[in-house]
Amino acid sequence: MKASAALRWFSRCYLTLIFTLLYVPILVLIGISFNDSRNPFVWGGFSLRWYDKLLGNGNLMEAALNTLWLGVTAATLATLIGTLTATALYRYRFRGKPLLNGMLFTVMMMPDIVMAIAFLALFIALGIQLGYFSLLVSHATFCLPFVVITVYSRLTGINPQLLEAARDLGASEARAVWHVLVPALMPAIASGWLLSFTLSLDDVVISTFVTGPTFDVLPLRIYSMVRLGLKPEVNALATLLLGLSLCLLLISQLLLKEKK
Amino acid sequence: MKSSAPEKAPLVKLRGISKTFGDRKVLDSLDLDLNDGEFVTLLGPSGCGKTTVLRMIAGFASPDSGTITLESTALHERPAHQRPVNTVFQSYALFPHMNLYDNVAFGLRMEKVAKAEIHERVREALEMVQLAHLSDRRPDQLSGGQQQRVAIARAVVKRPRVLLLDEPLSALDYKLRKQMQNELKRLQRRLGITFVFVTHDQEEALSMSDRVVVMREGGIEQIGTPREVYESPSTLFVARFVGEINQLAAQVVRPAATAGRIEITLLGQTLELSSHGRTYQGGEAVQVLLRPEDMRLKGAEDSEGFPARVIERNYKGMTLDTVLELDNGQQLLASEFFDEDDPDFDYRLGERVRVSWVPDWEIILPDDEPAVTGAGA
Amino acid sequence: MSLVRNPFKTATLTIIWGWLIVLVLAPTLLVVLVSLMPENTGQLLGGELSLSTLWQGFLTNYGQMISPVYLSVFGHSLWIGLITTLICLLLGYPFAWMISRASPRLQPLLLLLVIIPFWTNSLIRIYALRTLIATRGLLNDVLMNLGLIDAPLRLLYTEEAVIVGLVYMLLPFMILPLYAVFEQLSRPTLEAARDLGANGLATFRHIVLPLTMPGIIAGVLLVFLPAMGMFYVSDLLGGSRHPLIGNIIKGQFLQANNWTFGAAISVMLTLVMAFLLLAYYRSVKLFKREVTL
Repeated sequence: MKASAALRWFSRCYLTLIFTLLYVPILVLIGISFNDSRNPFVWGGFSLRWYDKLLGNGNLMEAALNTLWLGVTAATLATLIGTLTATALYRYRFRGKPLLNGMLFTVMMMPDIVMAIAFLALFIALGIQLGYFSLLVSHATFCLPFVVITVYSRLTGINPQLLEAARDLGASEARAVWHVLVPALMPAIASGWLLSFTLSLDDVVISTFVTGPTFDVLPLRIYSMVRLGLKPEVNALATLLLGLSLCLLLISQLLLKEKK
Repeated sequence: MKSSAPEKAPLVKLRGISKTFGDRKVLDSLDLDLNDGEFVTLLGPSGCGKTTVLRMIAGFASPDSGTITLESTALHERPAHQRPVNTVFQSYALFPHMNLYDNVAFGLRMEKVAKAEIHERVREALEMVQLAHLSDRRPDQLSGGQQQRVAIARAVVKRPRVLLLDEPLSALDYKLRKQMQNELKRLQRRLGITFVFVTHDQEEALSMSDRVVVMREGGIEQIGTPREVYESPSTLFVARFVGEINQLAAQVVRPAATAGRIEITLLGQTLELSSHGRTYQGGEAVQVLLRPEDMRLKGAEDSEGFPARVIERNYKGMTLDTVLELDNGQQLLASEFFDEDDPDFDYRLGERVRVSWVPDWEIILPDDEPAVTGAGA
Repeated sequence: MSLVRNPFKTATLTIIWGWLIVLVLAPTLLVVLVSLMPENTGQLLGGELSLSTLWQGFLTNYGQMISPVYLSVFGHSLWIGLITTLICLLLGYPFAWMISRASPRLQPLLLLLVIIPFWTNSLIRIYALRTLIATRGLLNDVLMNLGLIDAPLRLLYTEEAVIVGLVYMLLPFMILPLYAVFEQLSRPTLEAARDLGANGLATFRHIVLPLTMPGIIAGVLLVFLPAMGMFYVSDLLGGSRHPLIGNIIKGQFLQANNWTFGAAISVMLTLVMAFLLLAYYRSVKLFKREVTL
């Protein structure tokens, strides 16, 4: 039928168009990062000088590494607590489940900015100094519900008798969970981690509010750079970040494939 | 039952229908006639093309070549929503956001039928499937059997010329299925419209249809009444697909002295069997096919039949099914009505018997298939 | 099971409850409390708390929101949020539809492509957009070289720039929930509609639209609220000309030191979210999940 062929052609064009619009800024960024000339839009040849400059720019590197480190640790913390939460919700009976679900839900749906000021208020009220710790704890919290959802939905697909068999054969609760449940949940745990890492890396709003002078993160560094004048090293940084994340994804996919 | 010769012109004519998906030829120059008011079943294994034929009549697939005509209209040129043909989908495909009433009324609303008439016809359709009292409910509040009936009501309310049913009973349990088979048959008789039913269950096809179209790999093997297809299969495939069958390889010796009979060598014996109206060459390889219910078991001392050993017995309620092993290792299935009064009836496992069949009830077909010897289809 | 003491379970529940109460419940209550405090003392919880003080605080802080100055700012931000959401919906709806109809092997890849941009910090992406549309940016460069314009377009620091930035950041959040509902829309359901006589438009109006409504509302939720909070987009692309509600809140907290007012605005924003959520739940109940066999 001619109509469906035309429709498919139109679909492809539309998809390509939107994808192009989504990626143009990023691709331009990547392109410029390898551009030798100072003027970003005049091609001066392929070069890695901006990467050199980046590595030499102590402030920027520090902020970047801090952000990455924060991402990794926050994701890990969120995954740990999130997995525990999901398994507890699924397997145990205890009072207050609606409240627990409600709190998780609140975190997920609350506007970033509201959560940001809430965290700020908390830390000030508790007298906690703003820095790495406050960032870590805030990031882990807002990633938490996403891990819970991911792991929980996988739990519903696992045979409940697996754990019973482990207990029957003599494993304590903790060992049963570790040796039986966690391996079965690995894909969900991994994708929860990846999601948390993504959210943390991407965050600007919350980081702006709960960061302190001792721990510099990317958003604020770039903010100040934008005020003072754009620096070409930022393009190199963006490219590196992207490349790193893609590597992480590849590694996680390989790890998951092996498990199967 | 009457033979398949129609008295008047067929309602739907498919001519030369061919379809290729990728590198697979799904339908190969198929011709088919559907008569007005008949219940016809497309029967065949998965991949034989029966669902594709159905979707082409409905308008969801178009043939690469060939025509589909409804009376004088070229159906294949019309889009699906303009055909006087309606489908009962395998997954029912009820609209989850509408209640039963709105589901059934949908098609009529698309036709811009007047509100009062819609009300009348929807009520009638829901009553016909005994669901009028649930018209406010949503599909997810109904059981599988109830959803099925709504799907039927929704299609039937539009009074299509042809109703297409794509394996609608496959998701139901045994008892419900049998019940729905009867209901569908009754419904078809009451409405008097043409039903085209697709299934891979040959028992279902036999019990419901006026005519059965046995399909295989994109072509039609045989068309006939259920009886014709069961008792007089025209090919080995049909014989094996429809019902259980025992196959014995044999060779024709020559036409017998008596007219209409031939001499055959089978399992080391020479027998005289009916030729069933066919002519054979001397030396021709044939298959002698026997339905399990046509087999007869006698004691080992009997002179008739072939020696065999009982290796399995299954009491099936109505029948006693016995698996026998011939001396050459081949297995046969016999299915006899359970007769407690017959002292010779119950043979023990391992016992030796003689297996024979009711004379003239055998089917003889030329051996043109790679043989699957033994009991079963 | 509950009779046997289960140390693992106890430990787990303690951790979970502890974390959530300290880091979710407490901050939320704190914000509400702060929004009801009558005057900013520069430090939290200074001053007495009595019902009348809270009431005073309520009047002061929430009352300030209704002043014409702030109302117009909120209105402007709301407007930007609405336009952003509308554009995301118009662009994202067909996009999600097309992905859901692509070959099953391709779909995960396409979805991944939608998410990958989020692996650089948001700020960097806005910064990239900025370099494109700046007066000496790539877009103007290309257009001038092609001879389409004589003088560079002033795109930066306009309302349009902010909207473009917001759409750019939030489009994936519209696409993903829409994809989820489109994926559930099975082919037989659509074929049944056609079988019963509905042409393309009727099928869309009676079947597709109602069944994708939960996805539309989810997408609106995920775009509209953040659109009003993403202060960095407005900062970098709009200058200080087009502040969003997020900018106001940030200003109150980090510059004006007027936490009580900032908290009040935040509470209002959260109430708007709650209201939209209610609408979402009503719509899901109305258009129930499809029955699958």
